[in-house]
Amino acid sequence: MIGDVLAARSQMAMSLAFHILFAVVGIGMPVLMVIAEVRWRRTGDALHLELAKRWAKGTAILFAVGAVSGTVLSFELGLLWPGFMHFAGAIIGMPFSLEGFAFFTEAIFLGVYLYGWDRIPPRAHIGAGVLVALSGAASAIFVVIANAWMNSPAGFRMVNGRPVDIDPVAAMVTPAAFPETLHMVIAAYAATGFVVAGIHAFLLLRDPGNAFHRRALAVALLVGAPAAIVQPISGDISARYVARWQPAKLAAMEGQFRTERGAPLRLGGIPDVNARETRHAIEIPYGLSLLAFHDPRAEVRGLDAVPRENWPPVAIVHVAFQVMVALGTYMALVSLWAAVTALRKRRVAANRALLAAIAIAGPMGFIAIEAGWTVTEVGRQPWIIYGVLRTADAVTPMPGLVVPFITFTLLYCFLGVIVVWLLYEHVHRSPRIFEIEARAGLVSGTPP
Amino acid sequence: MTGLVSLPALLAAVMLVSLTAYVLSGGADYGGGVWDLLASGPRRDRQRDLIAHAIGPIWEANHVWLILVVVLLFTCFPAAFSTLAVVLHVPLSLMLIGIVLRGSAFTFRTYGGDESAAQRRWGRTFAIASVVTPILLGICIGAVASERPGHAALRIAAAERGASFGALYIAPWLTPFSVAVGVLALALFAFLAATYLTVEAPDDELREDFRRRALATALLVFVAAFGVLLIAHLGAGPPRVAAQLTSRWWALPVHVLTGIAALGAIWALYTRRWRLARVAAALQVTLILWGWALAQYPYLVPPHLSIGAAAAPRRTLVLTLWALAIGAVALLPSLVYLLGVFRGRAGAAGRG
Ligand code: HDD
Ligand code: HEM
Ligand code: HEM
Repeated sequence: MIGDVLAARSQMAMSLAFHILFAVVGIGMPVLMVIAEVRWRRTGDALHLELAKRWAKGTAILFAVGAVSGTVLSFELGLLWPGFMHFAGAIIGMPFSLEGFAFFTEAIFLGVYLYGWDRIPPRAHIGAGVLVALSGAASAIFVVIANAWMNSPAGFRMVNGRPVDIDPVAAMVTPAAFPETLHMVIAAYAATGFVVAGIHAFLLLRDPGNAFHRRALAVALLVGAPAAIVQPISGDISARYVARWQPAKLAAMEGQFRTERGAPLRLGGIPDVNARETRHAIEIPYGLSLLAFHDPRAEVRGLDAVPRENWPPVAIVHVAFQVMVALGTYMALVSLWAAVTALRKRRVAANRALLAAIAIAGPMGFIAIEAGWTVTEVGRQPWIIYGVLRTADAVTPMPGLVVPFITFTLLYCFLGVIVVWLLYEHVHRSPRIFEIEARAGLVSGTPP
Repeated sequence: MTGLVSLPALLAAVMLVSLTAYVLSGGADYGGGVWDLLASGPRRDRQRDLIAHAIGPIWEANHVWLILVVVLLFTCFPAAFSTLAVVLHVPLSLMLIGIVLRGSAFTFRTYGGDESAAQRRWGRTFAIASVVTPILLGICIGAVASERPGHAALRIAAAERGASFGALYIAPWLTPFSVAVGVLALALFAFLAATYLTVEAPDDELREDFRRRALATALLVFVAAFGVLLIAHLGAGPPRVAAQLTSRWWALPVHVLTGIAALGAIWALYTRRWRLARVAAALQVTLILWGWALAQYPYLVPPHLSIGAAAAPRRTLVLTLWALAIGAVALLPSLVYLLGVFRGRAGAAGRG
């Protein structure tokens, strides 16, 4: 049996990993849906209207699961980490309260959007959609601000092991706040854009020329591709933040055991904690110093600068980081390819190799998000509040935490299967209905 | 401490208002689930449709009141939040499972295609979770009032040796008193829902169906409330709350007003004054909640954590209050707008 702390960590990680999937869709989908609606209102092309409606409906299904899993999380903060919440509640409650308002706004205007199609004027309807999109992003920004505080705590002084002089505003503008929120919001657009583009690219490979999928692909790429192209830049900002403020995390990400000047960038490789070296990596000389500090001779602190008991699990962090960067690089390259194709006035949808590349990239954004959070959270260990409170000291005293861990894991697996099945139905039904309507001349956008 | 006007007390009052909003709106949604489970007779499917429509677009929005309570609790009273989360881990986790199943089943049923077998299965899940969750919510509230979680928390904090899991994490909430409060919560939610549905019903047949249900649950509420009081006075209940509810100056007026609201709701239902019945029912439930809060005041987690002792530093409280004010100014008009849009739609579909 696993120990209580490990069970609690696993339950937290599992709940967050589950929630983030729906949260990301709640951030990205409204943007796609609004773009489709605007295109429909401009051109009168009924396929865009159908897209907007379908996406809104898909968003509603996922939104509900996002909301309930988020509710679970806000309880779990206390159920699993009462020591943390006792310490931090007064300091970081603020962003969570603001997140509540952002979510309320999102829920209200999603309702207006879903039920207002023919009840409110077009402008008001688009406005409602825009508000859903904005408040989705605001939700993400506020929670990630709370997480940023855990990585770079500020806004209090420690006296006898308790925080005093609490300043919740200072706690919201920590060094990690900007890089993390920026990287997260862009990640959400990249991931949602690519998962939708991937699905429709796949369907286009089987049914070339289908006008419905072509339009869906265009809208999805419009959101996903620019985001994927700028993501490595914002990732660099994140990495430089980590290098400066969380050297142990950076060393784990890079498998850097020794402190050295002109440190190399390691691609791949497996860190061996006992031998204190990373094997089988491709090393690019000076690469890490250059990337992390923009100076090839800069000193990079290795894990040897950190007491052994304060090391994060090195292998997990290193591998997760490599996965994120590899996937991010692939997505950025595919996006550039698509952008060049579009700029040269060629049809993305007519290029089968490109379609295949996009289809493969479909799930990558979500995998990169899970990997990235693994880097951030596991890389922070053994601290729950970096340098201030240890994870093991924050856990609930209740024994037997494996039981809730297993229960919630089963519950979420069950929900996950259902959601995937419903979405599969949702996607699969679409083209057929469309062909029928198109044949009956009900829609204007039939393929040429 | 200047009594009610202290900053922590003000925020505690906001939490109470938010909890009241949750019970009046979200509680009725749970009640709707109960009537979905118990739908019967020739109009069974139409009853279910009406319930689904009434819950419809605002389910998420109703739910947010609970989140607000939780977030305010951990921001403004972190000590109370962590204490309750430790001792009530088991019932809170069970409640969360209920919330997850209910929320997702409702959405899956609404949006999940037209296959009727699957629809029915989601309907069942939704309805059963709607029955279990309010009971657990009531159990948690009853437990807090009974002071047992407070005592258990003190024992856990003292790292008492030899205390069993059951004694620390189960016994504090699994008492006849808490369970009776759980049943009372369920009865109240079902009563609220049936009363609201008489207003929402599109025709007289459905309205009569729910009138009968509302009247029956009104009696059930009386029985359950009587049971709660009886257990409390037999000494198995909350020492402080029970004493306050009988001895304080406000006790009699609160009892009388609650009684008037309750009888008023029954009378209005009996004489088919639907809107009045809705107001009276909401008032009755509000008074019950506020009576409990007054009786427990100034304790959040009796016997040891008072509002003042658990409160966060002043700065946090002031900022939270500002955030609440700004949020309310922005959100209330939006909510009214949503309800307007939805009412319009419902009206077009032949409801009013
Ligand atoms: C679509 C998803 C996605 C993609 C393509 C990338 N990332 Fe990322 N990354 C995330 C999604 C993400 C994330 C899940 O959103 C994280 C977790 C915490 C955060 O702020 O963002 C993250 C964290 C994260 C961190 C840790 C920040 C911290 O601990 O505070 C670094 C250093 C990077 N990323 C760097 C990169 C680089 C150099 C990329 C180059 C391609 C990259 N990411 C692509
Ligand atoms: C932005 C809001 C987030 C907050 C406030 C937050 C908070 C926490 C807390 C309190 C813990 C438990 C203590 C610990 O182990 O350090 C934790 C652990 C963890 N979280 Fe996060 N988290 C956030 C986002 C995420 C997301 C989106 C993921 C997605 C995968 C994630 C993955 C994990 C993992 C993997 C752990 C376990 C780390 C370990 O035990 O090694 N977190 N997080
Ligand atoms: C400890 C971490 C987290 C907690 C406690 C949390 C809490 C919640 C809660 C309670 C909700 C439901 C809304 C409500 O009723 O107020 C929610 C929804 C949401 N959360 Fe989280 N969340 C966490 C992590 C995250 C992360 C890491 C992100 C994104 C980056 C995120 C983005 C969202 C979004 C966009 C929604 C809106 C619902 C949707 O669109 O699906 N949350 N969250």
